[in-house]
Amino acid sequence: MKVLVAVKRVVDYKVQIRVKADQSGVETENVKMSVNPPDENAIEEAVKLKEQGLAQETLAVTIGDEKAQDVLRTSMAMGIDRSILVKSPNSLEPLAVAKTLFKIIEKENPDLVLLGKQAIDDDANQTGQILSAILNWPQACFISELKIEGNKLLISREIDEGIEKLETNLPAVLTCDLRLNTPRFASLPNIMKAKKKPLDVIDISTLGIDTNPKIKVLKVEEPTKRKAGIMVNDVKELIEKLKYEAKVI
Amino acid sequence: MSVLIIAEHDNNILKSSTLNTISAAMKLSDDIHLLILGSKIENLSKNTQSIHKVSKILKCDNEKLENFIPEIMAPIVSNIAKNYTHVLAPASTFGKNLLPRISALLDVTQISDVIDILSENTFVRPIYAGNAISQVETNQNINLLTIRPTAFDKCEESGGSAPIEDIDFLNTDTPTLFIGREVSKSDRPDLGNARVVVSGGRGMENSDNFKLLYELADKLNAAVGASRAAVDSGYIGNEYQVGQTGKMVAPELYIAIGISGAIQHLAGMKDSKVIVAINKDTEAPIFNVADYGLSSDLFQAIPEIIKELDLLNKIES
Repeated sequence: MKVLVAVKRVVDYKVQIRVKADQSGVETENVKMSVNPPDENAIEEAVKLKEQGLAQETLAVTIGDEKAQDVLRTSMAMGIDRSILVKSPNSLEPLAVAKTLFKIIEKENPDLVLLGKQAIDDDANQTGQILSAILNWPQACFISELKIEGNKLLISREIDEGIEKLETNLPAVLTCDLRLNTPRFASLPNIMKAKKKPLDVIDISTLGIDTNPKIKVLKVEEPTKRKAGIMVNDVKELIEKLKYEAKVI
Repeated sequence: MSVLIIAEHDNNILKSSTLNTISAAMKLSDDIHLLILGSKIENLSKNTQSIHKVSKILKCDNEKLENFIPEIMAPIVSNIAKNYTHVLAPASTFGKNLLPRISALLDVTQISDVIDILSENTFVRPIYAGNAISQVETNQNINLLTIRPTAFDKCEESGGSAPIEDIDFLNTDTPTLFIGREVSKSDRPDLGNARVVVSGGRGMENSDNFKLLYELADKLNAAVGASRAAVDSGYIGNEYQVGQTGKMVAPELYIAIGISGAIQHLAGMKDSKVIVAINKDTEAPIFNVADYGLSSDLFQAIPEIIKELDLLNKIES
């Protein structure tokens, strides 16, 4: 089995983001960037499948500028065998991302595609589902458990009501929830080793897909900030405030 | 202009997220059609006829639709989508699972998690866990939107008399089999639309201690929520998680207990009307968004609150 993992480079989850003064977007220059957190779960799952002998080859793909190589090196330091950077000068909408991944999948023929369930920058939660539809493969989103028996996948996925269990077959597209596994830290020797693993670069213009945005961002603003309220001294005061001031109990 | 709404339901009852989505649609058009895909949905469809402002119910009743497999649902929706300027679904795990597949079939970019509609083609959505708000415009023939339920009021459920029309079931073969659903049963209000939410975090220390939180929730007729830390630690199920990758809530009163207030958690609850934070760490970031903060050991504070609420009830009765 060959596993392909899609990875996105995003502003680190610990960074307090800043909206640009001209309202054109969010400041990403001189900000710590990292692998999108649920994508790390996808990487971890792929590496585990290889360690269990279920996967023979693992491959990470990202789309972005030169700097996006970082997240591929991180993926390989975590244990992914090789990677592909699809070089794109612009950031793409999920539909274009899925079309790009489709082109790579046509060439690479993986049996299983793993993605994070959403990117923590645009919070769109779309790419895996779109990709699955374009491929006409089964989808399972927000998965928190995966068992593979031969060609069969046994899946638990997190839904609003609790957990849903599905069974499906390879090939398939799965999007990973944060609770699927605990991503490993890359050790220093593995970071060094990852520098020698193959990283191919493909220019997005060679793939022959329409990547023009269909949505125009008019402006990006700061949300209205909540004002910090008051500290109460004890429970009695809290109850009084909620009853007579806020009138919510 | 006409709007198609994909109903979220359990084959028996319409989920309230659908009512919020209808309210959003009312900002776009007077011609709102509600599409119900499911199995044995005769009664459900009849019950939705009275919903205010819905002009037609489209029903697709087939046993293969019983478990809402998106591979089967998406082609049925995309087949009729060209009759509409807008197709909406709630931004719940139901809508998130389904609508992007329709986006692929229609070759249209979907706009996720809309919190405001400014015009027929201008929408507002949060990005970066709600730390930035993006205003977007699109000129596509069909606008595909998922709607954040907490950003819109529920529409009236009476006053309408929409006719029901059956639409064709198109079969899609898929190897996917539905095995089952583990749903926690509770008499408490639903987290997504409760008036009061009581949430616990890592400070609760274990699942047994959550019983204390349940007791408090029941005194307030509240729903129970949790931080990701509490869910990851196994104190409580994933369906209770509030935050960027969990549920969005906006109750009148949100009580955060033993929750430090990571930005990912704040993303899910900062639109609550009144926020109370109880934490022994006075530096916890949750206090920066709380209307009322109490620096206290939660194991002392919760029983005291329960006692005070009992006292209050006694005085009032």
